[in-house]
Amino acid sequence: MRTRVRGAGLLLVAPTAALALALAVACGVLAVTGANPIATLREALTYGLQPATLVAIVNKAIPYYLAGIAAAIGFHLRLFNIGIDGQYRLAAFAAAVIGAAVALPAPLHLALIAVVAVIVGSGWAAIAGFLFVRRGVNVVISTIMLNAVATGIIAYLLSPLRLAQQAAGSNNVTTATIPESGWIPGISTSAGDLNGLLIPALVVGIGYWLVLNRTTLGFEVRALGLNGRAAAVAGMRGPRLALLTMAASGAIAGLVGLPQLLGASHRFGLDFPAGLGFTGLSVAILGRNHPAGIAIGAFLWAFLERSAQVLDLAGISREVVTILQAVIVLSVVVAFELVRRLRERQERRYVAAAIEGAPA
Amino acid sequence: MTATTMPVLPRWTWLASPFTRVALAFAVLSLLSGTFEAPDLFSRGGISATLRFSAPILLAGLGALWAERSGVINIGLEGMMIAGTWFGAWAGYQWGIEAALVAGIAAGVSLGLVHALLTVTFGVDQVISGLSLNVLAAGLTRFLSSTAFATVPGGSIATSPPVPDFPIVSVPGAELLLLPAEQAGIPILSDAAAIGLGLLTDASVLTIGVAALVPLSWWVLWRTRLGLRIRAVGEHPKAADSLGVRPWRYRYVALGVSGGLAGLGGVYLVTVASSLYREGQTAGRGFIGLATVIFGNWNPWSVTLGSLVFGFTDALRTRQEVTVGVLLVGLGMLFAIVAVRRGLRSDVRGTLLFGIPAVAMLLWFWLVRVVPSEFVSFAPHLTTLLILAFVRQRLRPPAGLGEPYQRDGTT
Repeated sequence: MRTRVRGAGLLLVAPTAALALALAVACGVLAVTGANPIATLREALTYGLQPATLVAIVNKAIPYYLAGIAAAIGFHLRLFNIGIDGQYRLAAFAAAVIGAAVALPAPLHLALIAVVAVIVGSGWAAIAGFLFVRRGVNVVISTIMLNAVATGIIAYLLSPLRLAQQAAGSNNVTTATIPESGWIPGISTSAGDLNGLLIPALVVGIGYWLVLNRTTLGFEVRALGLNGRAAAVAGMRGPRLALLTMAASGAIAGLVGLPQLLGASHRFGLDFPAGLGFTGLSVAILGRNHPAGIAIGAFLWAFLERSAQVLDLAGISREVVTILQAVIVLSVVVAFELVRRLRERQERRYVAAAIEGAPA
Repeated sequence: MTATTMPVLPRWTWLASPFTRVALAFAVLSLLSGTFEAPDLFSRGGISATLRFSAPILLAGLGALWAERSGVINIGLEGMMIAGTWFGAWAGYQWGIEAALVAGIAAGVSLGLVHALLTVTFGVDQVISGLSLNVLAAGLTRFLSSTAFATVPGGSIATSPPVPDFPIVSVPGAELLLLPAEQAGIPILSDAAAIGLGLLTDASVLTIGVAALVPLSWWVLWRTRLGLRIRAVGEHPKAADSLGVRPWRYRYVALGVSGGLAGLGGVYLVTVASSLYREGQTAGRGFIGLATVIFGNWNPWSVTLGSLVFGFTDALRTRQEVTVGVLLVGLGMLFAIVAVRRGLRSDVRGTLLFGIPAVAMLLWFWLVRVVPSEFVSFAPHLTTLLILAFVRQRLRPPAGLGEPYQRDGTT
């Protein structure tokens, strides 16, 4: 019992140490650029904790969270889905085109858009899954390549000659605007509206946890991830699960663009956010594949990015945040690995002591 | 039909050699480009563009080769290349090309050693470490651009001021010998002469240096004690360790070299392939380099062949649209041949798998003639994907690839 408590303590040591290191690096970088680190950080923190800013941070964190869950699904089988980026952009584009083309009662309209996004996202990811299962193509490489292909397809279709139009008064090119029945209402608070996709995102997180920990499928995925050979001996079919996992990861990835599409812009344009998939990977690493951890990671990422706006006012480049994020990821990864080794050593000592104590 | 009714014909085995196949493909494409009036398929400029686009991929590929031969997957190559572009440009625009070389390679080596520290010393998952390094490199360079480039004339937050180029040299006499042949207009011969001209004249000194790194890598890895030890560590770290070869040491060395090669690839991008640093300039070339190692079966010569194929498709964006159409015909014919061969073996699924794309490609060319530039932009990526998916070969990666090694036997 005591070792278990100490283990839990150790588990908290890792992220805390990593954050402390990242803060130290942040102070160092700020000092080098000639700012007062403590004052700047205090200012960023004060700004970041204002209610209006917090609402903006939560809204920013929703797509990060979804992308984090999508990445985490793949991580269980060591399928590193770098292609979340292409999957959600292609999914959001298709959903925007189809959503704008139909008029349905609100719930049906929203459901249709979400279903299209999920199908396109999982279909695009399934290509990589299929190539991995049938042809042994490394998922990291295939998904990166599929990102480039998705970018090209969107660039081709998002043209006034094809599925898009020139936006009035700007040089943005966008799809047609989705009718209001396909908008998701915000959740109003005293400090501003929260994006309506917050609740579906939380449901996705809970669903992810339930499937993984409370179903046979989830058990198989975890078993296969921990020890492929043992799982195969127990009759689990690796290829089938790998394909399914990739498709599921892509399905959730398909949702990543929806907070923007349904809750904010209502159309897909050249200015549609890109790169959220890579944030998702960082966030999933940070959250150790656990939905609560991923939520914390997503919030932290959004918090850092949002509160960095204060830095601009102080004359410091806000890009310092990107260094900070990278340092956090690296130090979290190292810290968890060191803690894991420490625990393993403890366990071995405990077992050794138990064996010695037992009668031979 | 069974295997016994189709005996292997030994006199046809030369057809299976990749070099024969490349030569055959060249002859067919050359004839096609003559037929459809796409003169820049094998033009001199096109060939030198192919070299310029191949070199950074080759450097990433060699970087991946060094890392993977020592048993470490290096997904961080992209990040090391990004670091190479930034530091190469930063040093290059201020102090010239020598400084660019030193700074770019040093940046790559440093990140390579960080990868070694994380994966070898700390035992972090190799893919996760590589991904984190990519995040680090992208973040670091963006921050550095905002402080170092945004404030100087000619630079911005996403671009550097112009970087000087390396000197250009030609093989003496090549122009004299090959130019008449190139301009004679004889179907295949003229294209071959144009390739010769593209290869032998107006080449950057750095391109020649990069080409020299291929035999050098082969020699070090397969003909020296250091190389033997690196490969031993990649195959079986425990066995190597028991003979007194310390896996940590050799993985550090290999990853340092790997990062340096990727960094040099970055320098190449900012000096020879373009003339400044641009954010996102590497565009996945580090990952394509990783693919060339798989395609090239962890062998430097095949890695070179692979990077030439990818460089060729990457250089398509500089060609006329009709040229890309001609390539589509070539690809369609290749698919059709495979489909027919599958058909002869009564493999219905295989026939359809290759036949349908073949018909689609040939029809597209028949009706549309050109390939939209948006599609050309992902040609190298799609080629990578297709080659990895369809080229069936006996691959043999290093046995210890991806396995962390710790002395006390725990992982």
